[in-house]
Amino acid sequence: MFGLDKKDTTLLIVVALMVLLAPFILNPFPEGSAMAQFNAGYPDLMQRFVIFGIFAIGFNILFGLTGYLSFGHAAFLGVGSYSAVWMFKLLSMNIIPAIVLSILVSGIFAAVIGFVSLRRSGIYFSILTLAFAQMSYNLAYSVLTPITNGETGLQLSLNDPRILGSSATADGSIPVTSLFGLEMRAAEQIQIGPWAFQFSVGFYTCAIIMLIAFYLSIRIFRSPFGLMLRAVKSNQQRMNYTGLNTRPYTLTAFIISGMYAGLAGGLLACMDPLAGAERMQWTASGEVVLMTILGGAGTLIGPVLGAGFIKYFENIFSKINESTLDGWFSFLPDGLQHAVVWVADHFVGSGWHLTLGILFMLVVIFLPGGLVEGGQRIYAWISGSKRKAKAAETKTEPAE
Amino acid sequence: MGILDVKNVSKRFGGLKALSDVNLSVKENTVHAIIGPNGAGKSTLLNCLVGKLIPDTGSVMFDGQSVLGRAPYEINQMGISRVFQTPEIFGDLTVFENMMIPIFAKRDGSFRMHAYETVASEAEMVEQAEKMLIDMNMIDKRHMHAASMSRGDKRRLEIGMCLSQQPRLLLLDEPTAGMARADTNNTIDLLRQIKAERDITIAIIEHDMHVVFSLADRITVLAQGTPLVEDEPQNIRGNPKVREAYLGESA
Ligand SMILES: Nc1ncnc2c1ncn2[C@@H]1O[C@H](COP(=O)(O)OP(=O)(O)OP(=O)(O)O)[C@@H](O)[C@H]1O
Ligand SMILES: [Mg+2]
Repeated sequence: MFGLDKKDTTLLIVVALMVLLAPFILNPFPEGSAMAQFNAGYPDLMQRFVIFGIFAIGFNILFGLTGYLSFGHAAFLGVGSYSAVWMFKLLSMNIIPAIVLSILVSGIFAAVIGFVSLRRSGIYFSILTLAFAQMSYNLAYSVLTPITNGETGLQLSLNDPRILGSSATADGSIPVTSLFGLEMRAAEQIQIGPWAFQFSVGFYTCAIIMLIAFYLSIRIFRSPFGLMLRAVKSNQQRMNYTGLNTRPYTLTAFIISGMYAGLAGGLLACMDPLAGAERMQWTASGEVVLMTILGGAGTLIGPVLGAGFIKYFENIFSKINESTLDGWFSFLPDGLQHAVVWVADHFVGSGWHLTLGILFMLVVIFLPGGLVEGGQRIYAWISGSKRKAKAAETKTEPAE
Repeated sequence: MGILDVKNVSKRFGGLKALSDVNLSVKENTVHAIIGPNGAGKSTLLNCLVGKLIPDTGSVMFDGQSVLGRAPYEINQMGISRVFQTPEIFGDLTVFENMMIPIFAKRDGSFRMHAYETVASEAEMVEQAEKMLIDMNMIDKRHMHAASMSRGDKRRLEIGMCLSQQPRLLLLDEPTAGMARADTNNTIDLLRQIKAERDITIAIIEHDMHVVFSLADRITVLAQGTPLVEDEPQNIRGNPKVREAYLGESA
């Protein structure tokens, strides 16, 4: 179906179901129960899952296929956000033109940065992209204040000259983003027994765009173009002596992944119309690298899993605080409870990075193929010892 | 005038004169062997033909056009394919995928953003790759990761990849080194068969005299960066100069 073989079609359908049913899947615990804080089924967080999923899918087209490790992809995320907010300010609150501009502008940015950075490979390429991203960050933070509104960040205001649309609503507030009148923040809550499930326009808009982005990435992976990108990673020398010019291949991959990042940045602004320089910071660039490696670089689904994993930790673990821990360990004797809580406290709340760091190390050391390899091993283990032996021998397929 | 004309080519590496004043003419549709002791400059000469090295002096003409100053991929697109002394294949890809790449490069040129089709749906290209794999006796290995094959198989794959491009000039740098006897004979047969079927010129560097004398129409002996003699195989065998410089040593 859709020009995919059976295996890929199945994968696409499974991912589509998981994403579209996410409001249920991510809300397994009844409201008000002790476990309810582990629920992730609220629109704001689910939007982040899919938007960063798009970011990571795009990053994987560059890193997973060609092996070029960019440390500056957050620059494109930021550029996408700024472009979208400007579109809201100047043209219309409709998200379509905003998204189109985000993709275009980040694509142009990627063409320029890629053209220069791809003259080098390996660590030098990574450093060049990092340098470019930090330059973009600093420009956004101070020099280009008229465009980016510097430290404060770019926001909508009541006197934006919106050409198609009004500067303010009838009741004097700033209009909200919409898709042909369908407001992004509009949401519906369905109560089933003790469970409350939330469905928002914003999430489903992002989800459908993510599924399209995912589908396109499968097509790229399976195409002759994708094969050439994998050849770049494998042996550039052989490519050159086979009559292939590697430079345009890597540059195209760089631009495509920059456009994915721009799309993600644009969507962030569509959900919440503001853009700040911190979105371009090197930590944000590093995050997408972690997502991709954690999930499984070079695999189709890995980056999406990695993005979900990291965003879940960031949002759920960071909310656990000392009093929550006190509650969990209240069954322990007093002295011991204090000790356990004191230790555990360093791994939750603002210490969630510590937990994530440890998990990341464990995955990289024991599952070099990321979460996807973990999944494959479990699958092999379940489906009998014959297959188990095989899975241990063969390494992770590069394009699963 | 041959299809390949090398005139007065010299190449220095620091103080070492790897090639000095090399003249070589390879006639169209012949197999031209280049032999000589280790370090004679044979690989260096090939490097100068495919754009890996630029000679200090001299000219290299392929089919009346200079190759000097062109990028390796441009030279390949002119019709020159090369097998390396240490196998250069796509180790992370499967044998089948390895074979598809040169076939796409032949059809689509040095760059094409070809993302609409899937590799599997390119029936004609797939058929060509499979045919080549059958000819190479490797079709049963099509799903194998190329890196996990033996050195001899890697080499055979590389030869197949180069042949699948249907080059006008094929450069082979010790193609049978590391191959089992059976595979060596297999490779000789394949090259002969290709030779009989289509127009192709082959320049081959080889230490294995069995291979050289089975295939070559003409032989150039290179020693210390200079061609010593160039002649027909039967005359090379008895030439005392050659025996001294090369055959005597290795025998
Ligand atoms: N890139 C290089 N830099 C410096 N010296 C080099 C380089 N390439 C080759 N040489 C030297 O040039 C000389 C010729 O080397 P070359 O590889 O052409 O020999 P060869 O005839 O192919 O030998 P073999 O039969 O061992 O492959 C050798 O002394 C080698 O060490
Ligand atoms: Mg050599």
